[in-house]
Amino acid sequence: MIGIEHYIVVSSILFGLGVLGIVLNRKNIIIVLMAIELILLSVNINLVAFSAFLHDLAGQIFAMFVLTVAAGEAAVGLAILVIYFRSRGTIAVDDANRMKG
Amino acid sequence: MNWASSLRLVAAEEFLSVSGLVLLLVCAWAGDKSARLVTWLAVAALAVAGVLVAPALCGGVFGAEASAFYGQYAADSFSSFAKLLIYGAAGASLLVAPGFFERQGGYRAEYPVLALFAALGMGLMVSATDMLTLYVGLEMNSLAAYVLAAMSRSDDRSPEAGLKYFVLGSLASGILLFGISLTYGFAGSTSFDAIHTALVGKMSTGSLFGLVFILVGLSFKISAVPFHMWTPDVYEGAPTPVTTFFATAPKVAALALTMRVTLFAFGMQAQAWQQIVVAISLLSIVVGALGAIGQGNIKRLMAYSSINNVGFMLIGLAAATPGGAASMLVYLSIYVVMSIGGFVAILSLRDAEGNSVEKIADLAGLSRSKPGLAFVLAMVMFSLAGIPPLFGFWGKFVVFQSAVAAGLVPLATVGIAASVIGAFYYLKVVKVLYFDEPADKVVGSVDGVHAVLLYGSAIVISPIGYLFTGWLGGLAQSAAAALFHAA
Repeated sequence: MIGIEHYIVVSSILFGLGVLGIVLNRKNIIIVLMAIELILLSVNINLVAFSAFLHDLAGQIFAMFVLTVAAGEAAVGLAILVIYFRSRGTIAVDDANRMKG
Repeated sequence: MNWASSLRLVAAEEFLSVSGLVLLLVCAWAGDKSARLVTWLAVAALAVAGVLVAPALCGGVFGAEASAFYGQYAADSFSSFAKLLIYGAAGASLLVAPGFFERQGGYRAEYPVLALFAALGMGLMVSATDMLTLYVGLEMNSLAAYVLAAMSRSDDRSPEAGLKYFVLGSLASGILLFGISLTYGFAGSTSFDAIHTALVGKMSTGSLFGLVFILVGLSFKISAVPFHMWTPDVYEGAPTPVTTFFATAPKVAALALTMRVTLFAFGMQAQAWQQIVVAISLLSIVVGALGAIGQGNIKRLMAYSSINNVGFMLIGLAAATPGGAASMLVYLSIYVVMSIGGFVAILSLRDAEGNSVEKIADLAGLSRSKPGLAFVLAMVMFSLAGIPPLFGFWGKFVVFQSAVAAGLVPLATVGIAASVIGAFYYLKVVKVLYFDEPADKVVGSVDGVHAVLLYGSAIVISPIGYLFTGWLGGLAQSAAAALFHAA
């Protein structure tokens, strides 16, 4: 029997992978965008699982909103990436160092 | 609570979204030559929205009569206080934009429209009484802000700032969202009201994780240490009018949102989040002060200064009392005026070719070539450091007072000690302005709108500001009361 805790474990693992993908990745900014999507999808698993567990629709509606916003976020992110590539000619994470941070 | 009354309560948001869409059409139709017109219309739209929300603040509205759309949104006096600050700050950063961008080569008409949509999102953030409204408002603000940061074509630091802001902002949204999903699962609802009643007594591990993730996500947005690393880069890289915007309006929105989430939604779990807030606030004060010392760029200095100031505001939050919340609002209002004054002064620093002067070393001896400008900049620095005759002192004073009243004497003591470290780098700027050999880099005059904003904010942060303390304190108290009454 698969219970709610299994879903939470899966989504937590996906969330952790997403965060690690952003923090550890030194190569490519596209991978960072993918990691962000992974985080949002892990949240969606959580929301839908809790929604079914609680017999409450709000979680599923929330998941729809998250999907929509994720699409908008990807669009804005890619647009900024294109501008960045035009000005710099590279999308490697290590090259984003014009300002010391 | 029917649809008609709900729609009436969100009048300001409706007006802003409709005017934003209309202005977008104007941009599409008339192109960039309409940019100045669109800017003025956007400022007018913000002013009208301000008029629409003001009655709720004066009337001290809260509770059921302010609640719209089945508890999704609250148009209470707290949200109107924050919205007035947001609209004012957004309007000020719009007014200074045309001059800057035209010198940089090309002012685009999308800028005011994006700022308008960001202001709309921030209005939703401060009015949110449900996690869903919170998330939609936050993203509406963030998505517009990422684009604003990457707005400058001529400066190649700008796309980098946009990219860094986007990556770290999205990470913060993701963490916040994960916290929201856990809170939803363990409290059984996304509504702040229901979370408030569900989370009583000892917290389960799941909801504690939810709370921590939500706090981490929000600390990114208010740029509190240890989640501040994006701030200096974004402030430096973004065009200066955008930095003016980032340092003021979103900060108000994110802090007000943090207040509503902690004091209302997690209001029964104060002891759980209090220690986190205390730690974050002390770290922000110390790291903000130490980080600023080595900075050579004035915009980076202002970034660390904002981190430092957020730390002081969080002291008011750590008190977890209505008095603490009111003192935070007072500090926020003063901070917004100081930041606008500081950034308008920075915007007025230009060399002979019309480029912005951002290096602190280039400001040497500014007091001799531009006495007025140097005086205002020095005043802003003194005020940010909280040196008594200036109004910035009052903000720090009320915050510490509320912390002591709530029994947080050690926190207040450490905060006061750390504010002395902070004074060091503010005074360093004043020393460069007044006592160094003139570099004579800065030419160009302070004109029109800039002068009004510069000297207007200078008057407010001068000792004349103390005339407003009673009035401001009263408004902040009625706003903070709404936060606690709703509970």
